[in-house]
Amino acid sequence: MWLTFGLVMLGVFLLVLGIGTFARGMAPPTSEHHHSIDPEKVMETPPFDKPGLEKIGDNEYNAYMVALAFGFNPEKMEVPAGATIHFQVTSPDVVHGFQIPGTNVNMMVVPGQVNHLSHTFKKPGEYLIICNEYCGVGHQFMATTIIVK
Amino acid sequence: MILREPYMPVETKSLADTVFTKDLTFERTDAALSLAHIFFAFAALLLGGVAGVLQGLVRGGMIELPLSIGYYQLLTAHGVLMALVFTTFFIIGFMYSGITKTLGGKLLPLSRKLGWSGFVLMAAGTVIATVCILLNQATVLYTFYAPMKASPYFYIALALLVVGSWLSGFGMFYSYKQWRKTNPSKLSPLFAFMAVVTMLMWLIATLGVAATVLVQFIPWSFGWVETIDVMVSRTLFWYFGHPLVYFWLLPAYICWYVIIPKIIGGKIFSDSLARLSFLLLLLFSIPVGFHHQLMEPGIPSVWKYIQVVLTFMVVVPSLMTAFSLFASFETFGRSKGAKGLFGWVKFLPWKDVRFFAPFMGMLIFIPAGAGGIINASNQMNGVVHNTLWVTGHFHLTVATSVAMTFFGITYWLIPAMTGRVLTPRMNRLGIIQSIIWLVGMFFMSGPMHAVGLLGSPRRTAYTTYSDNAAAVGWMPYHVAMAVGGMILFVGVVLMIYNIVAMLNMPKGHTEYPIGETAEAPENTPKLFERWSVWIGLVIVLILIAYAIPFADMLQNPAPGSKPFVTW
Repeated sequence: MWLTFGLVMLGVFLLVLGIGTFARGMAPPTSEHHHSIDPEKVMETPPFDKPGLEKIGDNEYNAYMVALAFGFNPEKMEVPAGATIHFQVTSPDVVHGFQIPGTNVNMMVVPGQVNHLSHTFKKPGEYLIICNEYCGVGHQFMATTIIVK
Repeated sequence: MILREPYMPVETKSLADTVFTKDLTFERTDAALSLAHIFFAFAALLLGGVAGVLQGLVRGGMIELPLSIGYYQLLTAHGVLMALVFTTFFIIGFMYSGITKTLGGKLLPLSRKLGWSGFVLMAAGTVIATVCILLNQATVLYTFYAPMKASPYFYIALALLVVGSWLSGFGMFYSYKQWRKTNPSKLSPLFAFMAVVTMLMWLIATLGVAATVLVQFIPWSFGWVETIDVMVSRTLFWYFGHPLVYFWLLPAYICWYVIIPKIIGGKIFSDSLARLSFLLLLLFSIPVGFHHQLMEPGIPSVWKYIQVVLTFMVVVPSLMTAFSLFASFETFGRSKGAKGLFGWVKFLPWKDVRFFAPFMGMLIFIPAGAGGIINASNQMNGVVHNTLWVTGHFHLTVATSVAMTFFGITYWLIPAMTGRVLTPRMNRLGIIQSIIWLVGMFFMSGPMHAVGLLGSPRRTAYTTYSDNAAAVGWMPYHVAMAVGGMILFVGVVLMIYNIVAMLNMPKGHTEYPIGETAEAPENTPKLFERWSVWIGLVIVLILIAYAIPFADMLQNPAPGSKPFVTW
């Protein structure tokens, strides 16, 4: 009886995860359609040759960012409260992480790939972006901020 | 006056030997093989523990390392020595002893040879890897993610570790096969069956890491090829990385299923349930590696979700295990006259370290497993991925549930292998060691979970990110972690003391505890030992989970990466 109960709960749980992922658009970050890039030419490949914000709609932005040992490019960004940012991040060297504590923004930055994740910044404040994957001796200094006004 | 024949002195000598070997469970050579593995494992635990406590103190902002040692160097040493060396050596030593005990009481010459060859290769690999780490030539952590490039000898060392463990596995398979040949109509002993499942899973899983190390890392680190495909290497690593954690867990399950019922004086609840849960663990341990890569680019969401579903299938054997273990406890308590819903609890031997330490491991596995469910859920993973939460999680699973079970095993395995008897004093020290471990882990793993939810990253040296308010707020948790780390280090030192002290205990016979089943063994289906069926199913599941996304990675490769040394 307990085993049946456990199995039913497991089924319900997986169903919730699946609905969240595919019907409600809460899939984890990824590049669905082969978004690769030559890691040696990141600095000369658009849009990463000019990293930064690109306004694409009413308080909606693309943020093209480069994570490199040991910092992020651009170094500072500013958006109004309520802004939705579609992050696109890549690395010209080793694997990095991209995490904004206090939000669900968390993804791996892998050389050769561009990773995608969106987030809406409802509350104003200064948000810390950190690298959360060991990338070398200066890993603990690798951070930047987004200011939401 | 008795007339002495010339051969008499020889006879007397061998008589003395028999008296001594009567105390020994095994022949000396077979005991030595297991003991060599166990001692090597605990030496690694001591070194890994030193690295661990220093790390904790650095991150808590309490000390700064002398210039020549790096935080990440210590982190690499801690990970390699604890997660790879301590576990693998202990597991192989323990399982070899159980194979010897249950398959005829004596190792076959070929199995013995394979066991020692495996030991030598693994020990050589460990020494080479440790030297590379100490020389700061391999500060890449135990996950060695490309394109960080360590010394090629570090990768060769890892290959030696893996190949050595294969030889030991072949030795166990050979013993099992020969036993089945000589006992064609009998059901194999449960311990031996479980050891075979564990090594089979290990063999299939390590093919992934062997492939990436031999085909990708070694040629690339020597400079024979220019670039490495990072996503392929990560995928092969995590194909191995998740079964690795089950490889730590299954031997603990062997203790819980087979050994503990005997120690409490009860019976194994069900032989067939135990075997089925191991087979399910074999099936669902491997095709699940993407749940470690949920936050990564280059893998479509649908394949991530499929592997998440396969990951959660492990809930089934886990529930079966929890059920049969507690059924075994309850049945025993009731047989002693326990009343009420939980009356049987007080009949368990709480003052026996051989029960107490593994039982605490079982209890901790309940919150640890719940944390694992959070980690593997594809949305919730976004909250905890690469934060200290994950570090807290596996310090509950492997460093508490598994480690405490291994500690508990040590208190009868060393006496049984050396022909000695556990004294009440050593038992008491064992209980104290277990309590120190639990308290230390409470102070370390608790804050790790909490501060991880706040966002503090794992694998990161002391930092406040230029006095960022949020990051400064994490510091009290980091200090608590350091305090927990110091308590745990006391636990490591006491454990090492206990092992040395056990070698001076009084001589005598210690039984190797192997539980018996409550039901008749005929109830176990023959199908459970038709290995072609189970290996076939494993392959099918792996193909379902990996064939399409992995083929896609190979056919549409992203541009490769040149090597980087960033430390």
